[in-house]
Amino acid sequence: MNAFQAPKRTWTGRVREAAVEALPPEKLLPDGQPTYVASWIYIFGVASIAALIVIIGSGTILALKGPAWWHDTGIGHFFNSVHLWAVELFFFAMVVHLWGKYWMAAWRGGRTRVWITGAVTFLVAVPTALTGYVSQQNFDAQWIATQAKDGLNSVGVGAFFNVTNFGQMYSYHVFLLPLAVVGLVAAHVLLVRRHGVVPPFELDRPALATRPPQAGGPPPAAPNGKPPPATPGVGS
Amino acid sequence: MIVLAAVFNLNHPAHVVEWHFIQLSVANLIVIALMFVVFVLAVALPFPGARARAMARRTGGEPE
Repeated sequence: MNAFQAPKRTWTGRVREAAVEALPPEKLLPDGQPTYVASWIYIFGVASIAALIVIIGSGTILALKGPAWWHDTGIGHFFNSVHLWAVELFFFAMVVHLWGKYWMAAWRGGRTRVWITGAVTFLVAVPTALTGYVSQQNFDAQWIATQAKDGLNSVGVGAFFNVTNFGQMYSYHVFLLPLAVVGLVAAHVLLVRRHGVVPPFELDRPALATRPPQAGGPPPAAPNGKPPPATPGVGS
Repeated sequence: MIVLAAVFNLNHPAHVVEWHFIQLSVANLIVIALMFVVFVLAVALPFPGARARAMARRTGGEPE
């Protein structure tokens, strides 16, 4: 084989080409967004991610130090509280963002997977929080676990999701469910980058697509029903 | 913490609101109400600089 021979097709090459085709660098890290992205609703999406970073950071420290530390020391109480309140903020911001995207019908224009990953993140975050409450190692955890087991048994999942089994709940809480939440959030953000932020209804109506563009007016929707391409408007 | 304890007496069982099979603590209801208020504000309040950017885009100039 000499230096001028055509390279062999490899799986790594195919993955690289598919990744670059799906998310070229200018889409992955754009330096501008359409003007309609300047909305408080997206601030709550970013706030959810910021809260998630604090949750993962404080949770890692709590896991490393253990229950005696988070129950019996001042700094342990502090990190315990940071973890709890970051979770409260995470849910608060995520719900406001979710409501906003629901009323914007954010699944329009081929964005079904963007919407689904966001909604499923919320659904997976609920058992992530529940397993955290029952992993506290105190009377509160025992009370929540004994209440939750009745509800879970009534729907038939208690045999493999046993809230009174601390080891199982702790594994779910510090590894399996956070991995799912972080993976879903990463997929959600990458899908937003790929498909762009959903345009307002006015820019997405087919009637406007047939109207000649007016000077200074919004860009019309493409005839194939797809949203207009993202044009720089809001500097990032 | 002492100041907060003086404002909110937490040394009692939680106050709850019951409606048929739905049972919610007042604390959770307050959080849900706050989420509604914040959602309405997020939709209604203009984003800082959004109008200037949109205007600049239409006229082809730089936002102030």
